[in-house]
Amino acid sequence: MAEIETTFGQVDPETGLKPMVINLGPQHPSTHGVLRVRLALDGEQVRACEPIIGYLHTGIEKNCEDLTFNQAITLTDRMDYLSPITNNFGYVLGVEKLLGVEVPKRCQYIRVMFAELSRLASHLVWLGTSAMDMGAMSPFFYTMQQREQILDLIEMSAGTRMNPSYFRVGGLLNDLPPGFEEKLRAFLDGFPHWLKEYYALLDRNPIWVERLKGTAPISAEQALDYGWTGPLLRACGVDRDLRKTNPYSSYEDFDFAVVTETDGDVYARYHVRMREMQESLKIIRQAIDNLPEGDWHVPGWKIYPPNKMEIGRNMEALIYHFKLFTEGIRVPAGEVYSAVEGPKGEIGYFIVSDGSGKPYRVRARGPSFYNLQALPVMVQDKILADVVAAIGSIDIVLGEVDR
Amino acid sequence: MKEILDALQETFGERVTVSEELGQTVVQLPAAEIVSVVTFLKSQGFNMLIDITAVDRLGREPRFDVVYHVYHLERKTWLRLKVQVGGDEPTVPSIAHVYASANWAERECYDMFGVRFRGHPNLKRILMPDDWNGHPLRKDYPLTGFDPLPPLVHE
Repeated sequence: MAEIETTFGQVDPETGLKPMVINLGPQHPSTHGVLRVRLALDGEQVRACEPIIGYLHTGIEKNCEDLTFNQAITLTDRMDYLSPITNNFGYVLGVEKLLGVEVPKRCQYIRVMFAELSRLASHLVWLGTSAMDMGAMSPFFYTMQQREQILDLIEMSAGTRMNPSYFRVGGLLNDLPPGFEEKLRAFLDGFPHWLKEYYALLDRNPIWVERLKGTAPISAEQALDYGWTGPLLRACGVDRDLRKTNPYSSYEDFDFAVVTETDGDVYARYHVRMREMQESLKIIRQAIDNLPEGDWHVPGWKIYPPNKMEIGRNMEALIYHFKLFTEGIRVPAGEVYSAVEGPKGEIGYFIVSDGSGKPYRVRARGPSFYNLQALPVMVQDKILADVVAAIGSIDIVLGEVDR
Repeated sequence: MKEILDALQETFGERVTVSEELGQTVVQLPAAEIVSVVTFLKSQGFNMLIDITAVDRLGREPRFDVVYHVYHLERKTWLRLKVQVGGDEPTVPSIAHVYASANWAERECYDMFGVRFRGHPNLKRILMPDDWNGHPLRKDYPLTGFDPLPPLVHE
């Protein structure tokens, strides 16, 4: 970064020309939100690049400290708003670890199912928007149509489409509603066809391939050095997937492959995500086929509140309900780091509790924050149009970068 | 994992303490040792710096815990490093030259907590505006901020 400061606006000693300094964003559709990129250009070539973030900073970590453990879930939704459920996932797992409880098998399977559904939804938005950045308008409509179906499924069970907060500490908001399974199966049966359509639209399109192959490459060493995780790192040939390496929530029960590519360019990232969608489909199908019967939240009323019928009949249930919703869950003092594999990479939470009903500190490690940091390395001395391709391939969500 | 921790203990002796909390390994160390410890860990295969953050323990001296998470790619495990710093200008040596990912992470930590990182190439605010008053994640920083919001202007 220090080098960048000195190269910005400096006269090139060889040509005697001064580079042109321009801002890409913060209000530019190709920056996927409010990212601002300061660029020093020599003709069309990028001589220096500095991503400037913070335009969407909403103080989520600070606000979490003022809410109870369950209320804070609603804020985690709003970080990576394209895949809110995986954000909930890491957080509730962390709190459950502090509490020392494990949710029943059925709940774990439902969680896996929804995490994979939201991974699909997130990858679909990425595919549509990054194709649009490249000038291909039509894939966006196709991907949005399928994403809509996933949001319908989420709405069925959580009541909300975008920020569902479906996972709760010690369980879920609801069990799967009636009719969910049929609708999910209909989606699973239909989706492979659409995946083929996406491939047909893009994969043999010479413009798409030419545009992506060899664009914005990065080596595996650099990627690790920059703390890259998720599909971006796997596109460099490193098979790190927390679902396999550090399984949580019964992921070890599922049969799926970790998708890797070796080139580390935008085209490799495209292929990793496309094939990951197929693996996600496999996981969802296994989860619904082998869904265990039984409870979908932890027993007792100390962590998961009693249901409404019980409150009407039982004085004790009423008291627990009141305590849980006024004081919150009493989480034993301690510190924990819990991480899940989100669609964009490792979503980690470092949660500190002081024994009260509110978290003392919640640190959210957004994968996009670290992934974005390597943008200058990827586009150094490339043309300006490659910056747009590179930003699209990182799949940033600024809500998560700025939190 | 155990060999690495033993080697760490052997190299740094009394200065580092290894403990375990909820199945996660925590290494406590003094601020002055952070660069040599992460360099050592990186040479042992902890090739990813996952995160840097801090915890404000207001009322305790030293006041801040600076918390690092590193990941071992082959052994598939995280390791937490904790450094306590305090005083009027809490300062930790920067590790941005060891791990590239530390650059922004340290900037965010500085922005949010006012913990300085000595030797950082570009230590300035990252999320808040440059002229912001205070460090938001400190415990003595009110939820609504120090400065009143500018009045709404209707045109």
